[in-house]
Amino acid sequence: MVLAKIEALLEKYDNGETTLQEEQQLKNYFSKETVAPSLEVYKPMFAYFSQTQQEQFTKDVPLEPKKTYSMYKWISVAAVTVLMLGIYFQTNKTQESKNYAGLSIEEKAIYDNTMLAFDILSKNFKKGEDNLKSLDLMSSSLNQGTENMAYLGEFSNTERKIFNNN
Amino acid sequence: MKQAEFLNIVMPFKDKVFRLAKRLLVSQEEAEDATQEILIKLWKNKTKIQEYKNVEAFSMTMTKNFCLDRLKSKHAQNLKIVHSNYQDKNVSLQKQIELNDSVSIVERMMEDLPEQQKIIVQLRDIEQYEFSEIAKVLEINETAIRVALSRARKTLREKLTKTHNYGVS
Repeated sequence: MVLAKIEALLEKYDNGETTLQEEQQLKNYFSKETVAPSLEVYKPMFAYFSQTQQEQFTKDVPLEPKKTYSMYKWISVAAVTVLMLGIYFQTNKTQESKNYAGLSIEEKAIYDNTMLAFDILSKNFKKGEDNLKSLDLMSSSLNQGTENMAYLGEFSNTERKIFNNN
Repeated sequence: MKQAEFLNIVMPFKDKVFRLAKRLLVSQEEAEDATQEILIKLWKNKTKIQEYKNVEAFSMTMTKNFCLDRLKSKHAQNLKIVHSNYQDKNVSLQKQIELNDSVSIVERMMEDLPEQQKIIVQLRDIEQYEFSEIAKVLEINETAIRVALSRARKTLREKLTKTHNYGVS
């Protein structure tokens, strides 16, 4: 290529007016072994440009979403189901044992004994209650007494009137 | 959308996202993290992806904003992103060592450019975007891009001429 033409291109290049094709021409020229000594300056620049163009991004990019997340989700679902089933069976069991007919002989005996004890206790309670009735009587007579005391209130009323007038 | 479909959309420009991130963040690791972040963000919004007219331009804008935010937060914390990758790993062995050396000088020179110019040089000279595409990514008009690009190129040339004349690398 004629030196003059390259120089003209370089002038345009420095002013930012070259097209991509013209810049490619320049790059081709400067990639040659021999360059006009006056233009030697530009050589490393263009060499650098075409060199860096080759650089590549080699690192992997983790685009896949994490799998552990979905695993935890399903484990939690399983745990909840197991818990619910456990509670369900447990409540069923306790309800069954309340049936008297389903008890064994020993258990029946224990049950009867406790019932007997409760029976005696309730009888004694009744007796106590009867005794309390007399207390009730006493309280009613006390009430009568307080009603009678209300007349005493009249006394104090009249007394206040007298003192106020003074 | 399936993963394969998504990858088909993303694959063609994921390297560009990475290179832009690296241009801005400099550190290889930071750039990888940023790229990963961007791709995951895209994946999360995969239902909306079809609505975008230009997924690539949209992703580049996202990358730009993400990296600038990142830089800002680092500056606010008074931290600098540490990097030790001046030497490019992908250089083929056939290339002359001498050239290699001056090539990494160019990289360091580009680091000194303002962010906006860095992005524009990256998109134009390395990714070979049209001006209209860059305008979409950066959301500024084409004239402003040309001006910034011209400025960046002149700065680079000046610096190169200096080191070249001194013969120091």
